[in-house]
Amino acid sequence: MSSWKEWIFTTDHKRVGILYLIGSMAAFGVAGLMAILMRIELSSIGPTITADPSNYNVWLYFHGAAMILGFQIPALTGFFANYVIPLMIGAKDVAFPRLNALSVWLFYAGIVLALLTFVIPDPPDVMWTAYPPYSTITRGNTAFYTFTVLTLGFASILGGVNFLTTVAYMRAPGVTWNKLNIFVWCTLAAFVLQLIFVPVLGTAVTLITFDKYLGTHFFDPLQGGDVLIYQNLFWFYSHPAVYVIFLPFIGVVYEIVATFSKNPVFNYKMVVYGGVFGIVAISGVVWVHHLYVSGMADWIRIGQMVTTLMISIPVGLMVIGLVGTLYKGAIDFRAPMLWALGVVFLFLIGGLTGIPLAIPSLTLHLSDTYYVVGHFHYVMAVAGTFAIFGGVYYFFPKMTGRMYHEGTARWGFWLTFIGVNIVFWTMMSIGVDGMPRRYYDYAHFPQFLRAHQLMTLGASLIGVGFALAVINWIHGAWKGEKAPDNPWGSRSLEWTTTTPPPPGNWAEVPKVAEDWNPYAYGQRR
Amino acid sequence: MFRHNTVLHALAWWALTGSAALAAYPPTGAVNDPARGWDRLWHEVIVDISVLGVIFAAITAWFVIRYRRRDPAQEGGSFKLTTASAVGWALIPTFVFMADDFYLAAKGWALWNDYRSVPAERLEVQLESGMYSWDYTYPNGVKVQNELKVPAGKPVLLRMTSRDTIHSHFIPDFRVKEDSMPGRVTYLWFYPEKPGEHIVTCAEFCGVMHSYMVGKVIVVAPADFTAWYEQEAARLAKQSAAKPEA
Ligand code: HEM
Ligand SMILES: [Cu+2]
Ligand SMILES: [Cu+2]
Repeated sequence: MSSWKEWIFTTDHKRVGILYLIGSMAAFGVAGLMAILMRIELSSIGPTITADPSNYNVWLYFHGAAMILGFQIPALTGFFANYVIPLMIGAKDVAFPRLNALSVWLFYAGIVLALLTFVIPDPPDVMWTAYPPYSTITRGNTAFYTFTVLTLGFASILGGVNFLTTVAYMRAPGVTWNKLNIFVWCTLAAFVLQLIFVPVLGTAVTLITFDKYLGTHFFDPLQGGDVLIYQNLFWFYSHPAVYVIFLPFIGVVYEIVATFSKNPVFNYKMVVYGGVFGIVAISGVVWVHHLYVSGMADWIRIGQMVTTLMISIPVGLMVIGLVGTLYKGAIDFRAPMLWALGVVFLFLIGGLTGIPLAIPSLTLHLSDTYYVVGHFHYVMAVAGTFAIFGGVYYFFPKMTGRMYHEGTARWGFWLTFIGVNIVFWTMMSIGVDGMPRRYYDYAHFPQFLRAHQLMTLGASLIGVGFALAVINWIHGAWKGEKAPDNPWGSRSLEWTTTTPPPPGNWAEVPKVAEDWNPYAYGQRR
Repeated sequence: MFRHNTVLHALAWWALTGSAALAAYPPTGAVNDPARGWDRLWHEVIVDISVLGVIFAAITAWFVIRYRRRDPAQEGGSFKLTTASAVGWALIPTFVFMADDFYLAAKGWALWNDYRSVPAERLEVQLESGMYSWDYTYPNGVKVQNELKVPAGKPVLLRMTSRDTIHSHFIPDFRVKEDSMPGRVTYLWFYPEKPGEHIVTCAEFCGVMHSYMVGKVIVVAPADFTAWYEQEAARLAKQSAAKPEA
């Protein structure tokens, strides 16, 4: 069995990438199952499948933590970054291949730690945010939460060091900064954010474990501590974390949209220097919008209302760049493009419904309701997942050397797309009417019963849709038609090597023409 | 020209609305009910974002339909932007978005001032939250649990803290919530205009029974309130007289 050893001990960026993909999809599967369990539980008032609210709380904890830390961040900055970046910049591998292997091992250790939730006697029930004092007094095992976060965070930091170095020093001759793929820029920016902010999260979650197990009092007001410090530290990381998800996923969408429109990215420099750089610049000064009802000083709530609203500028520029790329394109509606256009639509709804949440006076009503849950699923959870699924379809021929089944891919898209709109639109609507989040039961809100049942129905459509995609990949990788080297006719470097790419990617360093760029499609000049 | 004006307008608008909002305080006479203001601003913001959403969605849909690929070898035909138009395409949207941001910020700030400036004429109640109840104490020392009785027509101010984890006192009908937490005192106020009952529900995950942490605000006619309030006060006085000092 030397072949599985070759995978475990691999230092090849493509295999590391695929390992990241498999691990993050496993996290997505289990966390998705938790979503289904929650939806079934909420389909009636009173106990449905469990009479113990703790079970619901553990499912919700696992769902939130695993979806963000175990699925989206690793799929985007682990799988896509690893598989694609060296190919896009014409490099043989990453700068530190062994560090890369360590990073994926740590990632798997983190996934195993997270999965132990279902084995240990007192699983964490602290939600993915783990606010003290509850996280320091619960019977649940908060230490597992802390160690999961630290392990996954460390894996990501290693990735950050690696990719910043790789892109800075290993670009093929002629691949200049202004010819980098949008995805590469976006991922670099995401890693810059990870390197700056993950240590803050690490500090926060370590201190709750100190408080709980070592008897310190960082967050205990009776002993001179303060409960709000944790929330500030947590969101100081976790708001930028939404850009760690957003940037690479919109980067993937840019690649797909440019290729399937056969058009250059609209106003490339605006997208990079206005959009990507703008987001990095503002991302660290908006976290208080998560604390609008936490009793922070009025001046900082108002100040960060203004900065939060200003996020609309770089994000708006990135949407304009995306829509502009469609203009006068030659648009082909293959499955990856369908998923990518789905992202544009979902992100539009998600982004715009975020505007009321930027305004503290409106948030006094909306905060901690299903409106928030609906909004962030649209803007990040679902838009991001659609981008990941579209991206996997897009790179599938390159990775596996085979084609997926187009019809199944479309069916999966439409089922999922209809399902998410049923679920998350309904969430926003009952949220405005007052339905609070993180509720195991809603006995005093019987008027929401029908809406909850509708969402459970919608969630089953989503489940079937995503399952079709995964089945399609497994079947395609195993039995699909042989794929050509460049099935989509892209100009980007990753498609110039053979399919699937050999170790080292190219026999010799790729040469690019003077007027090459990854989006050099038939421009009139 | 256009950009310049937009910014100036936005700034002027911001400054005006902001200072008008400030100048309106302290309020004179009638109570400025933030719940009403919430409904108004919510409506305006929904219109604002719907307009933006429809514009973007319509343009996208039009491009997607209009520019379908007709033969497999076809490539896109977009123009290469000149430097001036590239800069314009970045700056004009920037200022349009910024104008809308400042406009909404000004509106949001004005409403914020309504929410945070409590009318002087008010009923002030202390709230201590705990797993899993709302414990209120009236100025005369009367205590109630989970059912806060208040007179119609008088603003109610809650000064809140918590004896264990963080909770959030959410009254959907009055469009207001604020966390209550150990070691800190926060406040919120609302204006119960007419007699009626309003659900209070916990909006911050506080423990296993979070979703069962429910209460009510019971608004009664002022005379009924006074009667009840004095009766409770008398009962309290009798109790503490009966009990020897510890
Ligand atoms: C697509 C199918 C999905 C469904 C049906 C679903 C459903 C739900 C439900 C029912 C809740 C709990 C609401 C509550 O009790 O407050 C929830 C919370 C959450 N979901 Fe999802 N979800 C899905 C996908 C995702 C994805 C892809 C992510 C990735 C980021 C995600 C992230 C979260 C987070 C962060 C929370 C909040 C957890 C917390 O309150 O601590 N979800 N979701
Ligand atoms: Cu945020
Ligand atoms: Cu609670």
